[in-house]
Amino acid sequence: MIYFDNSATTKPYKEVIESFVKVSNDYFANPSSLHKLGGQAEGLINQARNQLAQLLNIKPREIYFTSGGTESNNLAIKGSAMMYKNRGNHIISTTIEHPSIRESLEQLKGQGFEITYLPVTSEGRINIKELKESIREETILVSMIHVNNEVGSIQPIREVGEILKKYPKILFHVDHVQGVTKVPLDFHECGIDLCSISAHKFHGLKGNGLLFIREGLRISPLLTGGNQEWTIRSGTENVAGIVAMAKALRLSTEKMEKELPNVVNVKKIIIEELKKENEIIIHTPFENSAPHILNFSIKGFKSEVVVHALEESNIFVSTTSACSSKIKTVSHTLLGMGVDEEIAKSAIRISLSFENTDVEARKVIKALQQTIQKLGRTMINNEV
Amino acid sequence: MEKIYVDHAATSPIHPSVAEVMLEVMKNTFGNPSSIHSYGRQARRVIDESRVIFANSIGAKPTEVIMTSGGTEADNFAIVGIAESYQHQGKHVITSQIEHHAVLHTCQQLEKRGYEVTYLAVDENGQVSLSELKAALRDDTILVSIMYGNNEVGTIQPIKEIAEVLKESKAFFHTDAVQAYGIIPIDVNDLGIDLMSVSAHKLNGPKGIGYLYAREGVLLAPRFFGGEQERKRRPGTENVAAIAGFKQAVLIAQENTLEKQKQYINFKNMFIKHLEESSVLFHQNGSLENSLPHVLNLSFPGTDVEAMLVNLDLVGIAASSGSACTAGSIDPSHVLVAMHGKDSERIRNSIRFSFGLYNTESQIIHIANEVAKIVKRLTKV
Repeated sequence: MIYFDNSATTKPYKEVIESFVKVSNDYFANPSSLHKLGGQAEGLINQARNQLAQLLNIKPREIYFTSGGTESNNLAIKGSAMMYKNRGNHIISTTIEHPSIRESLEQLKGQGFEITYLPVTSEGRINIKELKESIREETILVSMIHVNNEVGSIQPIREVGEILKKYPKILFHVDHVQGVTKVPLDFHECGIDLCSISAHKFHGLKGNGLLFIREGLRISPLLTGGNQEWTIRSGTENVAGIVAMAKALRLSTEKMEKELPNVVNVKKIIIEELKKENEIIIHTPFENSAPHILNFSIKGFKSEVVVHALEESNIFVSTTSACSSKIKTVSHTLLGMGVDEEIAKSAIRISLSFENTDVEARKVIKALQQTIQKLGRTMINNEV
Repeated sequence: MEKIYVDHAATSPIHPSVAEVMLEVMKNTFGNPSSIHSYGRQARRVIDESRVIFANSIGAKPTEVIMTSGGTEADNFAIVGIAESYQHQGKHVITSQIEHHAVLHTCQQLEKRGYEVTYLAVDENGQVSLSELKAALRDDTILVSIMYGNNEVGTIQPIKEIAEVLKESKAFFHTDAVQAYGIIPIDVNDLGIDLMSVSAHKLNGPKGIGYLYAREGVLLAPRFFGGEQERKRRPGTENVAAIAGFKQAVLIAQENTLEKQKQYINFKNMFIKHLEESSVLFHQNGSLENSLPHVLNLSFPGTDVEAMLVNLDLVGIAASSGSACTAGSIDPSHVLVAMHGKDSERIRNSIRFSFGLYNTESQIIHIANEVAKIVKRLTKV
């Protein structure tokens, strides 16, 4: 089995699962309980919080646990908008955001907010000048995806942060879900106020994520109740999931330090081979793109057909982001980059993990070539 | 020293077979359910199958079950979701003074947004009055949220009768059944419930998963926006392993519900009998009738809740002052205040014992004996 769909979700590391099971069995108490068992569970959360903070180079107090990336993004966007709506009603984002950002912004539109969606170049990057020009007196928030989930393009977060430093009243949110452990990002150095992360994208478990909220910054909660997470996120903490997330981030960060060159190499091998195929158009930019994501189209072949054909060789890739792959819409990221609609309908995304090898890469390429041949032949036969 | 856990209403240990099911899913069914390849489809199947189990467990349809990250989210979703969707019909909500904070704080949020909320009082057993509910109902009431069984004292509300009262009103009926689900069989149609919140970790399932039942046709403005999951009502990659674990927990809970009920009621009776025999002065908050079988809340005159809990903890007994969710602090319980008034001694000397998996008769006797010793020590002049 070759799993090349790591941007959709990753296989949890063995150690991560072990941590989860151990904590679930041995430290099951409610962290809010006053007895010793509750104290132990609370201690584990604190430990995990410290470890995560250290790995992310932030303070423990800046971590707010959530149920995942979607919740973190919703909390960042709506929590900021609700808290600071008296300052202004303008938000800046981009045309290539994850649906959890886009849909949250669209909801705010219905509540009197104005949204500027910055366009991107054919390389999937925003233009800094356009960002500067779109800033208004009423702008309260800029929200930007660091590494795009579909094509892997990287936004100039540091430059954006630099510009926004001149506007202390504009909050800067970054969706770092695809970037974490693949493309390093120092939140404080980049002037980031809010940052979203999801555990299952780095071999942690589904249902766990966090939102970084810069110390001193307050936003409105989306869920109210028992006042956990300093009243920003109520609900009994998923202790075992949180511990497992810390473990996953530690292991993935260690792997990144050692094995990122391998990932870059695997991607390079695939790119070099794909370039040789006339029918293939590569959408992922060669510069400023994440090491683990590669998006391309095989002209004339519907994405789903290729995905299923590869599956017969036990190779798993995807059409577009998993969150919207059930609805048959064309990738808004590719359209935003100016890709022709017909070509966009053929888009395939390969997304790597640290575990993928060059041997796997060559197998995938071979399978792709065979698929093109086989399907090409049937297509021709059908025409005849 | 044997450690005894009698705080199952705060959270409960994961059942071994739940852990097994989750382990299997985490290892082998790790795909994203939205992926179109076999890993995705396999994960999707786990969710679909679980949803049927959840629906069947309450007599609902699978499409009426919306997975959430737990009870707090389900409560928030039900209340704000209805409030936003039906504000054109009115902005009045009725709830009770003894709800969980996930309901109370969310209602307070609504008040800040221009909604009116009536907080029904309760009697000294913790029950709302149907006639007060009737009197509070208005033309612009859009939601009534009354919990099924109280988490601190165990009092069960007259759910079916409340639904009966609401039949002539256009208000929807939401119940927070987080403490009751898995302990008491619930049929939403028989009871006339429109929305119901439940959470897995109260019935030996994992933390971080729950669901909201929402009757077909009920409009619910979502709390989260994003992907197409849960038919657009709750986006976010599904927590597949937790859903599978929750399903397993529900199946186990359904296995011998009545036997477990009997066992817990027996625990309660034994506990009380032993305390009486050791001639310790105590009162029960709430009553043995109309009460969750697994929750027993006792007041010990002349003691102090913090001293009691510390002493119990020292002899290996994990009990609680009431709701665990007041994040570490012992604020006077709003439930006991509602039942007995803010000047009552009971709000400072009451302990909640809640039973569950692994508790035995001999443990209960042991606890009663230890409690008697501690109370005598603390009240010795």
